Amino acid sequence: MRTNLIALGSLAAALLASSPTNAQQTIKIGLIMPYSGQFADTATQMDNAIKLYVKQKGDAVGGKKIELIRRDTGGVAPDVAKRLAQELIVRDNVDILAGFVLTPNALAAGDVSAEGKKLMVVMNAATSVITTKSPYIVRTSVTTPQLNESFGSWAYKTGVRKIYSMVSDFGPAHDAEGAFHRAFKEAGGEIVGSVRFPVANPDFSAFVQRARDLNPEAIYIWVPGGVQPAAIGKALAERGIDPRKTRILGQGELTEEEALKSMGDAGLGIITVYHYDYNHDSPLNREFVRAYHDASGRNPNIYSIGGYDGMHLIYEALKKTGGKTDADSLVAAAKGMTWESPRGPVSIDPETRDIVQTVYIRRVEKVGGQLRNVEFDKVENVKDPVKARLKK
Amino acid sequence: MLVPILGVLFDGFAYGMLLFLLSVGLSVTLGMMNFVNLAHCSFAMLGGYVTVTLTQRFGWPFLAALPAAFLAAVMASVVLERTLYRRLYRGSALDQCLLTIGVVFISVAVAAYVYGTVQQPIHTPPYLRGSVTFMGVTFGVYRLFLIGVGLLITGILVAALEYTRFGVQVRAAVDNQRMARGLGIDVDGAFAVTFALGSGLAGLGGALAIEMVGLDPAFAFTYLVYVLIVVSVGGLGSIGGSLAAALLLGVSDVAGKYYVPELGAFLIYLVMVALLMWRPAGLLGRR
Amino acid sequence: MTSAVQAAADPRRHLAAQRRWRRSEVAFWLATLLPFLLVPSHLQLASQIAITALFAVSLDLILGYAGIVSLGHAAFFGLGAYAAGLLSKSGWGEPLSGLVVAPAVAGLVGYATSFVIARTRHLALIMITLGLGLLLHEAANRAHWLTGGADGLQGVRMWPLLGHFKFDLYGYTAYGYSLVVLFSIFLVTRRLIHSPFGLSLRGIRENPIRMPAIGAPSRSHLRTAYTISAVIAGIAGALLAQTTETVSLGTLDFQRSAEVLVILILGGTGRLYGGLIGAIIFMVARDQFSGINPQYWYFWIGALLVSVVMFLPNGILGGLASRRDES
Repeated sequence: MRTNLIALGSLAAALLASSPTNAQQTIKIGLIMPYSGQFADTATQMDNAIKLYVKQKGDAVGGKKIELIRRDTGGVAPDVAKRLAQELIVRDNVDILAGFVLTPNALAAGDVSAEGKKLMVVMNAATSVITTKSPYIVRTSVTTPQLNESFGSWAYKTGVRKIYSMVSDFGPAHDAEGAFHRAFKEAGGEIVGSVRFPVANPDFSAFVQRARDLNPEAIYIWVPGGVQPAAIGKALAERGIDPRKTRILGQGELTEEEALKSMGDAGLGIITVYHYDYNHDSPLNREFVRAYHDASGRNPNIYSIGGYDGMHLIYEALKKTGGKTDADSLVAAAKGMTWESPRGPVSIDPETRDIVQTVYIRRVEKVGGQLRNVEFDKVENVKDPVKARLKK
Repeated sequence: MLVPILGVLFDGFAYGMLLFLLSVGLSVTLGMMNFVNLAHCSFAMLGGYVTVTLTQRFGWPFLAALPAAFLAAVMASVVLERTLYRRLYRGSALDQCLLTIGVVFISVAVAAYVYGTVQQPIHTPPYLRGSVTFMGVTFGVYRLFLIGVGLLITGILVAALEYTRFGVQVRAAVDNQRMARGLGIDVDGAFAVTFALGSGLAGLGGALAIEMVGLDPAFAFTYLVYVLIVVSVGGLGSIGGSLAAALLLGVSDVAGKYYVPELGAFLIYLVMVALLMWRPAGLLGRR
Repeated sequence: MTSAVQAAADPRRHLAAQRRWRRSEVAFWLATLLPFLLVPSHLQLASQIAITALFAVSLDLILGYAGIVSLGHAAFFGLGAYAAGLLSKSGWGEPLSGLVVAPAVAGLVGYATSFVIARTRHLALIMITLGLGLLLHEAANRAHWLTGGADGLQGVRMWPLLGHFKFDLYGYTAYGYSLVVLFSIFLVTRRLIHSPFGLSLRGIRENPIRMPAIGAPSRSHLRTAYTISAVIAGIAGALLAQTTETVSLGTLDFQRSAEVLVILILGGTGRLYGGLIGAIIFMVARDQFSGINPQYWYFWIGALLVSVVMFLPNGILGGLASRRDES
């Protein structure tokens, strides 16, 4: 017993002690993402894009070598994310924190960024307030209100007056629901009914049946990406709701590539709002999609574009500072930065450090026998509306 | 008024059938050997991936892939049973938990490694898509199919248990393992076969589940809770109990969401807790 | 066998003998100070290991000593975390008062549910604990106004510990604080299970039908044990909330309940140190595996669990003990 306990104790200590020492000619970027668990695919796609960027632009910038250190949060776990951020700073001496798919994790790591004075690049997490957590946070993805407020006004402008809304019952969905309802009602529209379903809901038939019984002009849907979009699309088809007759509106997760594949023709006609799709028509995007596909065998999605542009921001900021990595110089370099992304023109709002970009309205159509999100309208230069209001 | 009620009943019924297929194997093996196999849903996941591979990559028809999913899960379970599980039949339940959770971890990692973390798409044949309307009620075709398969499997299981020699041995072993051994029944052998068949059914359930609930490497974890609920509410070792529990939970889940969406996720757990407090041994369990 | 005979002959002396500190135990606790010296950059991890160890000890009290298998123990961990978090959010960030409020809340709920727990057994018991845990998780998700829902509780700010030690980036305060609390609670628990009360709990675990027959009030003992366990889990939750200044639904979810169960079984149940050893091995292994291989570390953790069961049945401590007895 005694010897065993001691042996185990020293084994643990030995394992813990095996941390690497750092050499100062490298710039270390700590990536905090849900590499395993329920959200693993988001991390996979983001990581693919980050790898691609480093492959394309080389692993040296400002005269220093870039080193990536990956850490897994395993899902929504702010306590773990915060610890990982702290460890990356004190143990691995990283210069920049990046990644962040999930809002709670980004919020928790935000404190560390502020205290440890490190640039933190949020490459996905989309709740508006995240960037206010630390003066060193810059976001290269999107904010939920950015998409949904634009969408709400757009819906009214294009003739919809009465909407039934169905969203998942958790933070991001409440955010999207609030933003959409707000803009739609401000424009003069009416929400004729709304329902929230449990997050881990495997079967939508009951909810869709309720929507159908009300027979509304349009239905607004928000579900997290993954299994649910296809399930809800199939439920719509089974209940005989045709998106070409009743307008189905949703955020882009609803008609992601994988979701459309399993949804099949049931998806035809669904209208969604998003900031990126691999079908976006521009020479830069075509080249990006080809390179991405060659490297990883898949098409990029929003997680990829958030990661790709995030790396771009890091590289360009480092070029501007000449390899200096203190957070103040890097944030100063990032503020107001403008570039042409595969998703279109983007810039970093110097006041909020949040991204400014074009929001696309797309409809699911059949192109060459395959279901695609076809852009048919857009709103340009959209800032995060929540923080814009706060300033007033 | 009647129409939505019928629709809700039907949807709940179909969902319940799915839960039944996923969990009946675990119920029987737990009842027979008290062997806690938390990796049951890993076999379901395997069945799902086999179906996806055969239909997507090799162009098999969906219906032909279903028996293959069954067989794949059977074979995998035989291998595991021979190499790992066999040694723990007389071990503690906690050790069995730890071992099988370890197997779940491994299976999740292997699935992510082989298939990636992406959601797997499934193309069901056209005749299983869409819906038919009968007397104003809409019936999803795939759900009808699912109910059909579920009833067929139940029929086969009940008949096999009631009327075959093997079935008698299994029932004897579930009722009283020691006594069955005393009577010269090869309980371990019967268990090995039951275990393989039960896992096979999970594989089939996994294959049928993709269309309704999707498939990714987290499947083995996600559905474990639902399966455990069905098994405990139904009562160990009881096929009828599992069926009743699965249908009851399926219907109450769907009905709850339809009529009281505010209660949504609460309902299935409330029903379970209430039922177990009323009948701790499950609906049709004896112990 | 011999110890059982001794116990029967003179239970008080038997208990007193068990209470004596062994040198290996002293060495173990001295070793817990080593991270300060050897791996000061890993103190945050060490702090979370200590918290998980405390959580595992609370589970061991009911599982290892009273035979109650719970798949919903995170309920009390989460209640403690939210209670401590909400106290701080409401403007009182003094850490030690959180350690009073959190266990009170967790203990109250534990006591209320213990009536159900004490009258159920086997699979139904496991599933009822699971169901109650899931219900609480869903309730916390719904109560967005109170808990912040899926985004987690925002605005938790802790004041310096004892007005002096700030919770720093390195985790000196966090680990020191967690370790002191862990050790204090451990002392209480150790005393408790080596008391007549602890002995009768073990009696209930071994033979739940016989204990009432010889006049031991087994249900009320189970209720007491369950409530104490909830209190300790609440303290562990409060520690996590305070040292990380975050509270999320993750503190309540099924995964946390399952994980602590795995940790305890891995270390060995009914041995007090099992939870501690399990937490150290599991969390250090996960930290290392996921650092090397963030995508597929599950495989290695799974392999670790399988091989422990194969080579060291009854957990690491149990397996080592029986191996030593054999040799």
